[in-house]
Amino acid sequence: MALGTGCTARPGKSRNNRTGSWRVFRPAFIHERCTSCGMCRIVCPEGCIGENEEGLPVPDYDYCKGCGLCAEECPSEAIEMKKEEK
Amino acid sequence: MNDKAACGLFDSGHRACGGCGAAMAARLMLDAAGKDTIIVSSTGCMEVFSTPYPETAWKVPWIHSLFENNSAVASGIVASLAKQGRKEKVVAIGGDGATFDIGILCLSGAFERGHDFTYICYDNEAYMNTGIQRSGATPYDASTTTSPAGSCSFGNKRPKKDLPLILAAHGAPYVATASIAYPPDFKKKVEKAINTPGPCYIQVHAPCCTGWGFEGEKTIAIGKLAIETGLWVNYEMENGVVTKVKKVVRKPVEDYLIEQKRFRHLFKPKKNETEIAKIQALADRNAEKFGIDITLKK
Repeated sequence: MALGTGCTARPGKSRNNRTGSWRVFRPAFIHERCTSCGMCRIVCPEGCIGENEEGLPVPDYDYCKGCGLCAEECPSEAIEMKKEEK
Repeated sequence: MNDKAACGLFDSGHRACGGCGAAMAARLMLDAAGKDTIIVSSTGCMEVFSTPYPETAWKVPWIHSLFENNSAVASGIVASLAKQGRKEKVVAIGGDGATFDIGILCLSGAFERGHDFTYICYDNEAYMNTGIQRSGATPYDASTTTSPAGSCSFGNKRPKKDLPLILAAHGAPYVATASIAYPPDFKKKVEKAINTPGPCYIQVHAPCCTGWGFEGEKTIAIGKLAIETGLWVNYEMENGVVTKVKKVVRKPVEDYLIEQKRFRHLFKPKKNETEIAKIQALADRNAEKFGIDITLKK
């Protein structure tokens, strides 16, 4: 029996919603100070921090809401929050 | 733009507040659970921010029915998978409102029947999605919209319900509390719960910047303070016996309270020593009950 109720959505379709526009402060990643510990990638509530080929963190500014959690938790102070200029 | 994919099974673009503890809990939980997981979600913040139709942040099978019945839906899925001989793991998630108050009937039923599933409660200590109303998980003296602090009240009058103990009393093989402030510990507990046969329960402390009143960047710092003051205890309980507890060098509860707007009435216009002493007594009782104190040699 086919049920005609309920709604479905494609997995991960929330990527259509570019939450980067919410941002007031922008995290600047200073790779010279980075030790690649991965803390920023673990704590990011958006899951929008990736890695480049050297294993250094690279944020996806399309989705970063600028909460500053990564900058606060970074043990080597390699992330600085700067006022967003649009 | 990134060489390595940034997100795991819980995708970016969800509508949680910046610095959301529950969003972090969802990511960590899926990291630990893996792709062969079916998520059953109750109504709540996590359901609303992750899945506003027609969008969804989840990349695993996910179902939402009502506020009260996610344990019942999970029970049905577990029974159906068993009948088909399939091996997927079922994880039910709910906020503290859905778990402590609205869904406890179905939760109790599912635990009593002994279905093999894991229930994860992300505990942000009030009904945040609907506008910060108090729940059974709201701590003593926290100001919420339905327990406002004012001239006749110091906020929520009742202490937090001890739900892990209630579920352990159902004979659950594994019950644990965790905090998003300690991600590896939380992930380890999720893995253990999923691989333990029978109904398992994890309650994860997920600070809410909007509801508690602190800046989004402080989410983890607040979570750590809750543990360091003894107001939240990370422990594991196997077959009703506490087997592992996170020990700390305790700080006074003031350090935790003063950081949050929901406790601001305890410090303004002047410090309310009597009420703070009552909260300190709750922390002391936790410390005694679980033995969390580390005594430093002098």
